[in-house]
Amino acid sequence: MELNSNSPTGPIETRWERHRFNLKLVNPANKRKYNIIVVGSGLAGGSAAASLAELGYNVDCFCFQDSPRRAHSIAAQGGINAAKNYHNDGDSIYRLFYDTVKGGDFRARESNVHRLAGISLNIIDQCVAQGVPFAREYSGYLDNRSFGGAQVSRTFYARGQTGQQLLLGAYQALERQIGMGAVKMFPRTEMLDLIVVDGRARGIVTRNLITGTIESHFSDAVVLGTGGYGNVYYLSTNAKGCNATAIWRAHKRGALFANPCFTQIHPTCIPVSGEYQSKLTLMSESLRNDGRVWVPTTKRDKRVPSQIPEAERDYFLERKYPSFGNLVPRDVASRNAKAVCDEGRGVGESGLAVYLDFRDAIERLGASVIKERYGNLFDMYNRITGEDPYKEAMRIYPAMHYTMGGLWVDYNLMSNVPGLYVIGEANFSDHGANRLGASALMQGLADGYFVLPNTIGDYLASNKLEKVDSSHAAAREAESSVHAVTRKLLDAKGTRSVDSYHRELGKIMWEHCGMARNAEGLKQALALIPPLREQYWSDVKVLGAGEELNQSLEKAGRVADFFELAELMCRDALDRNESCGGHFREEYQTPEGEAARDDENFAYAAAWGFQGVGQPPVLHKEPLTFEYVHPSQRSYK
Amino acid sequence: MSAIAINPVYRVVRFYEAPIGKKAIMALTGVVLFGYVVAHLVGNLQIYGDPQQINKYAALLHNPATSGLLWGARIALLLAVVMHIVASIQLWKLKNDARPVAYVKKDDAAATYASRTMMWSGPIVAAFVIFHVLHLTVGAVVPLQEIAPNEPNVRANVIAGFSNPAISAFYILAIALLCIHLYHGLWSMFQSLGFSHPRYTPKLKKGAAIFAILIAIGNCSIPVAVMVGLVK
Amino acid sequence: MKIILHIWRQRNCKDKGKMTRYEVPNVNQEMSFLEMLDVLNEDLILKNEEPVAFDHDCREGICGTCGCMVNGMAHGPLPGTTLCQLHMRHFKEGDELYLEPWRAAAFPVVKDLVVDRSAFDRIIAAGGYISVATGSAPDGNAVLVPKENAECSMDAAACIGCGACVAMCPNASAALFTGAKIAHLGLLPQGQPERDQRAIAMVAQARQELFGSCTNIGECEAVCPKEIKLEVIARMNGDFIRASLTGR
Repeated sequence: MELNSNSPTGPIETRWERHRFNLKLVNPANKRKYNIIVVGSGLAGGSAAASLAELGYNVDCFCFQDSPRRAHSIAAQGGINAAKNYHNDGDSIYRLFYDTVKGGDFRARESNVHRLAGISLNIIDQCVAQGVPFAREYSGYLDNRSFGGAQVSRTFYARGQTGQQLLLGAYQALERQIGMGAVKMFPRTEMLDLIVVDGRARGIVTRNLITGTIESHFSDAVVLGTGGYGNVYYLSTNAKGCNATAIWRAHKRGALFANPCFTQIHPTCIPVSGEYQSKLTLMSESLRNDGRVWVPTTKRDKRVPSQIPEAERDYFLERKYPSFGNLVPRDVASRNAKAVCDEGRGVGESGLAVYLDFRDAIERLGASVIKERYGNLFDMYNRITGEDPYKEAMRIYPAMHYTMGGLWVDYNLMSNVPGLYVIGEANFSDHGANRLGASALMQGLADGYFVLPNTIGDYLASNKLEKVDSSHAAAREAESSVHAVTRKLLDAKGTRSVDSYHRELGKIMWEHCGMARNAEGLKQALALIPPLREQYWSDVKVLGAGEELNQSLEKAGRVADFFELAELMCRDALDRNESCGGHFREEYQTPEGEAARDDENFAYAAAWGFQGVGQPPVLHKEPLTFEYVHPSQRSYK
Repeated sequence: MSAIAINPVYRVVRFYEAPIGKKAIMALTGVVLFGYVVAHLVGNLQIYGDPQQINKYAALLHNPATSGLLWGARIALLLAVVMHIVASIQLWKLKNDARPVAYVKKDDAAATYASRTMMWSGPIVAAFVIFHVLHLTVGAVVPLQEIAPNEPNVRANVIAGFSNPAISAFYILAIALLCIHLYHGLWSMFQSLGFSHPRYTPKLKKGAAIFAILIAIGNCSIPVAVMVGLVK
Repeated sequence: MKIILHIWRQRNCKDKGKMTRYEVPNVNQEMSFLEMLDVLNEDLILKNEEPVAFDHDCREGICGTCGCMVNGMAHGPLPGTTLCQLHMRHFKEGDELYLEPWRAAAFPVVKDLVVDRSAFDRIIAAGGYISVATGSAPDGNAVLVPKENAECSMDAAACIGCGACVAMCPNASAALFTGAKIAHLGLLPQGQPERDQRAIAMVAQARQELFGSCTNIGECEAVCPKEIKLEVIARMNGDFIRASLTGR
């Protein structure tokens, strides 16, 4: 299959403008005749549904949560980037574009990234107008901070709850449209299949999570804004409900899955405390601005951190990266933490943690300054661990956090299945192999508010779509396959719970396809996952019925998809014989232990086509060319 | 959202239909009733003055030339009482509709005794007020003495009434409840009418407590003074 | 440690429901409250008993999905904490805990501890927004917001819509929730043009959803996991009264 990215060419500064001009428009009076389905109500889905409805389209919006306000975008803490250059510190759209391409380790599409950087300005304006209470200076102007090692102050924030406030902005815009009848909202409704008619996405099959009713919904286009797949690992910073079912089932209906192995690990999370652990909690990486990361020089040192003398502490990030020190990028910090723990120098009960120490910062700045900067994070740490970080060093460990991979989309955010659009974390497009801090919120909102509403009209205006209803064979087939999966899960009546299988899968993935990967481990994972999947289908124990609220059944369907996706992730990781961004293959590193990219052979997006469960997928390559930002080696020494 | 011009009757209905409207009415009528309580107390405290003083004051109030004023005030008060009670009953009904199934186990996090008992202190105080009017205004409990027509012998009537320990006890109990009722009502009327401020509201609560206690002390002092023989 | 739970079990909205007693023998004090329920559920599944349905999602105290009454307190005994952030170290061996769903006519029980809070969404849909179509906004710095207003607005905007305020209120009133949104938007210059209509529309919707009336008791403020203050209710009252009196 030829992958056409539809990227415009010519001067990068005007690509989006020229492209928009070339897109066909739908007559305003005709917009109400089109139905659009939006799945997911986070930053991407919520903003898209609201903006499409404002334009006049009929929108049906679906989310599995009880309200669109609960999507996991809400948990983002740090902030949102925008190249406003309000600080006169040399920022520009071009610099944000440059930083993002480089930060993504040269595995993203230049055209997309430049568009994202340009739109970042409009996002801030839009959100301010909606009433997002961004932090302000005393003068009333917007406040900024530098974030995630960026050398300019371009991050806008609302305390440590930026994601929440941006999501509430989108949610309120969405509720306004719901109140006006322009959007029909379906909360507690999960998409379980995509209806493809004559090669085009024409609807979805859903399960009403309260009544269990399985239904088809039809439209002229389907938009997926269903987030990432970090929960493959069982333990991640994602919400418990986050899942890959919508994108995975679309993948099984023909949509290509790109770069599934590009996953991001966040270095500053609260470590696992026991087998019952259900999720991991992230603490903003701003903590590394003042905290120092260390482990004892001796193995299994069980003294409390404050009792360990200076000479017996190894500040390993400062030692290895003298110029960036504790502020090295997320992937570097994470891998080094793993390395010292693998040596046996990890701390805490499990030995899977390193110290993040504020002793020196408190001495230097005083406890009150530290409290002002990080008080809410320290409180959160204290609430979860029962320890006081003002007195003893925090324990942190990396955790699965974000997935850069996702369904393949072109410049219009349309997948290879015509009429199927994928936005936000669910697509693969803008972050390459590694996402910079404060860029996820930016991408979700750019896609939903500004890109999709422009590009979707072109598809609608250029295609004559026949009416489809539930009598169509494709709809009947999709519905019956959903029924069959539900039956199969309920009928297995096995011996183990869904969670026990999910945990086991997560351990395999974390071990072999986590922070650092190697061919041997990935092959091992590929040998372990299929039999476990088989066992799952015959041995899983799901109680209750299909026609009621059944949380075990919901999880069971999601975990079934995680099994198949996990296999694809391992395959992709095994296939990509290089290290780049979040994908670190131990065989491919520089003599100093840094990621060694192979631009000659791997400067492409790997888009995988589904061939059947257990069948090897087909690889399609979208070559990536860099006309503006030339690939270079990242160095943080 | 609503259009610009709205029928004024509908506007009033819409205002009153909202629980906030009813609360505002309760707050405003509460102000009237509170004002009366203060004025009534000031009048009553004259019993500590010259033996004739309180009777003169009563005669002034009952002066036939200004009986229109007296009745005006009485009607206004009655209206305030009725509105206060009607709104409270409606809100109470709303409360029951809003939680049809009760908790098996329920704890209180912050509720003060006063706030939780408004619905009990209110009716008891109301019952007392009826009794009090029958007793000292209408004379339905014991016959009242008069110096002359429209000149009630208040002093004698008060002393006679409070010499009865049962009446005094009921009176003191009702005043105690009134004090609790007033404490919550006094600061909460500001909240209901839209005033709250982190600097002033805590002071308002304190002020409300002091005021309520002062009013209770003032009122309770009279039956106590009668019973211990200070006022003869 | 061992914890004894009495949990409200109800199959669906039509079922009558009842309290059922469970014992969780191996509770680790590092567990979160919801992890303790996970352990109970795993146990129930192995015993072929249906697991307890409870709402939860982010488990980091921000999505507002979780919550139930623990011994008559919304989100349990710890102030400023959602149920998912409550850890078992705050309980002791042999504690008996009563878990009940939020109770309000506006929050019908869906199953066990799960309730339907869509009434909150409808209150927002009635007016809890600033009407600005995508693309029409001026530059972010074109409207200045005094820092204090931004901070107070943020305090109110921190509401996570969990419903604890309604659950704890003796009147099952949604005043804190509604007031928080009215205060959040009303404190910002961007929110001024629609301030009057917003107050009237949202208050009317709350009434229609069968929420009770606020009687200034303060239970909501005491259990709010985001510690939103009663002040927002006064603001709502003020806005509503002013809008009612001054509207043309």
